[in-house]
Amino acid sequence: MLEIKNLHVNYGGISAVKGINMSVPEKSIVTLIGANGAGKSTTLRTIAGLVKPSSGEIIFQGENITGKDTIDIVAKGITLVPEGRRVFANLTVLENLKIGAYLRKESIEDSIKNVFDLFPRLKERSWQLAGTLSGGEQQMLAVGRALMAKPKLIMMDEPSLGLAPLIVNGIFDIIKEINKLGTTILLIEQNANKALKVADYGYVLETGKITMEGTGLELLKNEKVKDAYLGSSKK
Amino acid sequence: MTFEIFMQQLANGISIGSLYALIAIGYTMVYGILRLINFAHGDIFMMASYFMVFSMVNFGLPWYVSMVIVIIATILLGVLVEKTAYKPLRNAPRMSIMISAIGVSFLLENLATYLFTGVPKGFPDIAILTQAISFGNISFSVATLVTPIITLILLYVVQFITNKTKIGMAMRASSIDFETARLMGININRVISTTFVIGSGLAAVGAILWGSKYPSVMPLMGVMPGLKCFIAAVLGGIGNTTGAVLGGFILGMAEIMLVTFLPSLTGYRDAIAFIILIVVLLVKPTGLLGEKVTDKV
Repeated sequence: MLEIKNLHVNYGGISAVKGINMSVPEKSIVTLIGANGAGKSTTLRTIAGLVKPSSGEIIFQGENITGKDTIDIVAKGITLVPEGRRVFANLTVLENLKIGAYLRKESIEDSIKNVFDLFPRLKERSWQLAGTLSGGEQQMLAVGRALMAKPKLIMMDEPSLGLAPLIVNGIFDIIKEINKLGTTILLIEQNANKALKVADYGYVLETGKITMEGTGLELLKNEKVKDAYLGSSKK
Repeated sequence: MTFEIFMQQLANGISIGSLYALIAIGYTMVYGILRLINFAHGDIFMMASYFMVFSMVNFGLPWYVSMVIVIIATILLGVLVEKTAYKPLRNAPRMSIMISAIGVSFLLENLATYLFTGVPKGFPDIAILTQAISFGNISFSVATLVTPIITLILLYVVQFITNKTKIGMAMRASSIDFETARLMGININRVISTTFVIGSGLAAVGAILWGSKYPSVMPLMGVMPGLKCFIAAVLGGIGNTTGAVLGGFILGMAEIMLVTFLPSLTGYRDAIAFIILIVVLLVKPTGLLGEKVTDKV
């Protein structure tokens, strides 16, 4: 569904992504793990059109979307749940959902209902300003907002960042749930353990280059991955 | 002082206050989205006055046709300024765009001086606005009476647009986070243009009403009202449209009451705005209705 070929991205004179190749098959969960500053966020931001690549190609459903405007990319069915949630604090929960469907012309009532079914908490709080929600609720809202665009591919940038362990489990359950409903997911995580468990396929990114790849299970068992990202040393 | 004089001045204060309010909305809306103090806004107001002069005096069009033309022309000018002077600096440091705004302000002032000379032109008489009506011993112009009404109606329209429409929702979202707004598929440039359309349109209405009260049109006529309306926006809490209107009313009232009660200080009429600005910045920098400002990241 999404193919990235030899992507290079420079960020303020520093090359953040140095020629990565990856592919996200339809209806799968693919994860990109790696340390801070490895270039994970930059990769997602480039796919979303927020950053222009210096070279390489991004192909979505057979169409070259490299360097296209964010609006066009959203319209084609790719949404990004940004790092740090970035809900619109001055808008109500319901308005945040509505704005997620900004480009849709048809009725969005069904989608709102679907999101509320997925996150009953948001329904209870639909008239509250998003800024008054807890971190976990804001993350639910950020995911719900992304779903409102009826995306084919959702990219999530560190959805578990800064959340309590119990909430993190909930978020990963939701990711699986959304995937089951037919949406392809590209997930970035520092919580490699959890990410690899839900993912069909994973890539390890180190200083802008992909150093390892494999199915989620393979990477979970890989000694190098265990050492560097899972915190369980062989000793 | 008699009761009549007081009432007369009260009406004056409300009327001038609502004029400030109309222009202050333009400052506050642009600031809300771009975090830019649009220094050219007062000069847009000045240009609107000239447009009215040309339309009615030079082309002899009736006032109602002229009004429509002036509003449209002012909106076009406001959007043109945004597209040429601010849009290219979208990713530049905030100071650059501010300097650009000051540049546009000087450009418009000097362009007006060059094209229309510094000799004041008379604002055309719109009989329906300038005729006097009297209640007992108190008499004032229709303009004095309708200005606050028009202001409140327009405030309601602006509130409706920002709170109830899709583009308004996009404006509120963009005002706190451009990048995430783009991720929603919002066209930021269209949102910003809409803001300038509304702000310039209100400045045009303000100019027409202003001219009916102070019928003298000069290239530098926008400077002082511009500064005062900016202060009104700060007083009300910059970024907040209701606050801008409130600030405008307070400022207008303060000026007129100074003149009424302390006639010996009439010469300080313009100074009071700046005194208010200093006090607000010292005591409550967020203004009356302003919320705590969290800077955009």
